[in-house]
Amino acid sequence: MKPSSTRLALAAAALLIAAPATAQTALPPTSSPAASPQATTAKECGACHMVYPASLLPARSWTKLMGGLASHFGENAMLDPATATTIAAFLTTNAGDVSGNRRLRGLSASDTPLRITDTPGWIRSHRKITAAEFSSAKVKSRSNCVACHAGAAQGSFEGDED
Amino acid sequence: MTRFVILLPVLLAAAAAQAAPGPAQQAELDAYTGMAKAADPNFGGFSAARGQALFLATSKTARPDTPSCTTCHTTDPTKVGRTRAGKEIGPMALSAKPDRYSVMADTEKWFARNCDSVLMRACTPMEKGDFITFMTGQ
Ligand code: HEC
Repeated sequence: MKPSSTRLALAAAALLIAAPATAQTALPPTSSPAASPQATTAKECGACHMVYPASLLPARSWTKLMGGLASHFGENAMLDPATATTIAAFLTTNAGDVSGNRRLRGLSASDTPLRITDTPGWIRSHRKITAAEFSSAKVKSRSNCVACHAGAAQGSFEGDED
Repeated sequence: MTRFVILLPVLLAAAAAQAAPGPAQQAELDAYTGMAKAADPNFGGFSAARGQALFLATSKTARPDTPSCTTCHTTDPTKVGRTRAGKEIGPMALSAKPDRYSVMADTEKWFARNCDSVLMRACTPMEKGDFITFMTGQ
């Protein structure tokens, strides 16, 4: 390629990339349409924290959460629209009210908790755990399920006292 | 032309001796150069020193839980960082994690999130290029 045509090709490439990226709302998709919705959810949610099983919240909670990613527990967790739509669909179809998770029993239909630790089942089963135990070096935080439940990321809390 | 052909491998070898962006990182830098020039015709190139300053700065406009890039990435780019939820983050220095800054969609996603959390605004193309220039030299 002659220098002039090289420069032209580079400029064209830069323009192509620059056009969508300058608008914050038009982030390019980070997920492949070929990936399963479950794998996309695990990749994106799991980039920052444990992959919380969809069954731990009702569908309305997931919808509210996915609608508020620009301010997600004090952080911006925005996704491109295509990836966000895939994840919202996966979470709501596998949500606890859809699958009949007994841990959501007692949750008022008008209540839309955003934290799993605000659901009645969680509060019931953790009532004997002290604040000191939660802040211990092993656990650190109420959101760190795996500290005590080895199978938590796979949705298994089997055999755990409750 | 002949001299250029002879010189090119020498230059490439010299660049490889230090930590340096590979083709994937260079493609991101080229894209940000295009955007920076579009924003400012007098754009004079990226600066690792400015990138380092951005990385280490404590923001005055941050959200309460994320005052700085170093809140999660630590002050040493070659070290493992941690999210607020406790999950490990691979090092930001290219020398410590060679697949850094190689997928534009991922890089753009994290700049969009993290600049907004720490600075409460989007980073400019120049800031993004400065940051990558600093980290690819680490
Ligand atoms: C709240 C925690 C947090 C803060 C604060 C934070 N980051 Fe990050 N950053 C992450 C996580 C998590 C990732 C993705 C994990 C990974 O790539 O290993 C990431 C990834 C990135 C990437 C993507 C790198 C790539 O390979 O493409 C860039 C760029 C980045 N951060 C820049 C910054 C900048 C600049 C700041 C400060 C303005 C900052 N981050 C502040 C958590 C944070």
